[in-house]
Amino acid sequence: MILRVNVTFEQVRELAQRTVTDVRYPKVSIYTLDAIWVLYDRVLRVDPHRLDDPARDRFLLSKGHGPSAFYAVLAAKGFIPAAWLDSIAALESPLGSHPDATLVPGAEISSGSLGHGLPLGVGIALGLRATGYRDARVFVLIGDAELDEGSNHEAMAFAGAAGLSNLDVVVADNASASLGWPGGIASRFDVHGWSSATVDMRDHEALYRSFTAAHADRPHVTVATARS
Amino acid sequence: MFRSHPLSDDTQALTMRDAFAAHAADLLDADPRVAVVLADISADMFRDAAAAHPDRVINVGIREQLLIGVAGGLALAGLRPIAHTYAPFLVERAFEQVKLDFEHQGTSGVLVSVGASYDWAEGSFTHFSPRDVALFDTLPGWRVFVPGHAAEVPPLLDRAVDADEGVYLRLSLRRNAAPHGVGEPFTVLRHGTRAAVVAVGPVLDNVLAATEGLDATVVYTNTPRPLDTTALRELAAAAGDTVVMVEPYLEGTSDWLVSRALSDRPHRLLSIGVGREELRRYGTAAEHERLHGLDAEGVAARLRAFLG
Repeated sequence: MILRVNVTFEQVRELAQRTVTDVRYPKVSIYTLDAIWVLYDRVLRVDPHRLDDPARDRFLLSKGHGPSAFYAVLAAKGFIPAAWLDSIAALESPLGSHPDATLVPGAEISSGSLGHGLPLGVGIALGLRATGYRDARVFVLIGDAELDEGSNHEAMAFAGAAGLSNLDVVVADNASASLGWPGGIASRFDVHGWSSATVDMRDHEALYRSFTAAHADRPHVTVATARS
Repeated sequence: MFRSHPLSDDTQALTMRDAFAAHAADLLDADPRVAVVLADISADMFRDAAAAHPDRVINVGIREQLLIGVAGGLALAGLRPIAHTYAPFLVERAFEQVKLDFEHQGTSGVLVSVGASYDWAEGSFTHFSPRDVALFDTLPGWRVFVPGHAAEVPPLLDRAVDADEGVYLRLSLRRNAAPHGVGEPFTVLRHGTRAAVVAVGPVLDNVLAATEGLDATVVYTNTPRPLDTTALRELAAAAGDTVVMVEPYLEGTSDWLVSRALSDRPHRLLSIGVGREELRRYGTAAEHERLHGLDAEGVAARLRAFLG
């Protein structure tokens, strides 16, 4: 099921801003909010009451830095109490500056070290295929700077060759990669046989169209550009 | 012209790797939870299994970070992954993946290596992995199995796949003449009073030869992690609280466990294993075994010096 809770994007943004205590990444904390919101509000089939449903879709926050947007959406959608947002990163808080999947209901992976989410997502996508859950989809959110990590490129080449149609990547591009991506980020995926779309992070309809675009025989990447 | 192949040995009808591939194929047939992830190494040995189970035999090419990441993802999807390649690439090259993509995610997996400490001596240092077991000792909960004979591999692989914890199964072309100790943590092969000598995996035959005529207990294990420290304490108590660890990987790897197990009483410990220094030599595995003092003569000399 797709969750329908009466929370607006403006309200979830307020929730996200409540959690901005991440001193290392103050500016990156919530720029991913639009993409994560559209996924949880309109695309992912996930249910806070059935966290272990093997047929659920998976959202993997690979870019563990600045997880406020993620936590805010989990709170808005009933996975965690909103009160948790007020004590983020305290000793007894389940919410840290990098998410720990064993502590946060609804978090599929523990992240923080860059470049782990996409290989894990490829494995989950293969596992869903092997266990017969062929309709379940895997979305992995990575950052444009995270794309520097070579492990992503191992995964991009393999997923394209394997035609992993149940895999979607969202690259949250705030132009933070030190060397940039001459020729564009999408081209790195295109050469490996992925389908791709580059959209404005603030354009929720465009995000939705890309997240739901048909890609029957190949993985798909949405490059969501955020320029402040 | 090279004399040896990195992964096979003409003198062995059935290597540990052969036994692993054959038994893994049986497990794939029997258990829909089992998946095998490869990085080109041994892919030819899994050709039939891959044809029978295309969704559960996955070759990611020469991509070791992805090898471990995919295994971690399969575990998250509820499968029991077996990831396999050459030891230094499996354990050392992608060690952060080993650290973060299983336990940190709340899952576990099975890692099976070939190559060991110096199997392909002609390949030299880049293909040696004597530090692997020490690295697993930095992570919580991993089991380490070190068979000494191809016939020990299938039961150990069964146990690895059935376990809840992460398991590292370390295969080698070095081996003993006969299998031992399947199903028990320690197999006592000789009783003595001057020392308890623990032989791990393929060094057993050399240890037996080195201790011929010596008043020492000789114990074999192919499951060094978790080390059976309860049994070790009893064996040591009957042998003057004198322990000798002979291991086919980095010398001293088990020192911390033996010292901790015997910390409440005076004891002596000698560790014999693979030296820390890079030898920058080629040749054969048997020659490297001799250079590291792990042949029968080398072990005997260390024992004589230690026991007086």
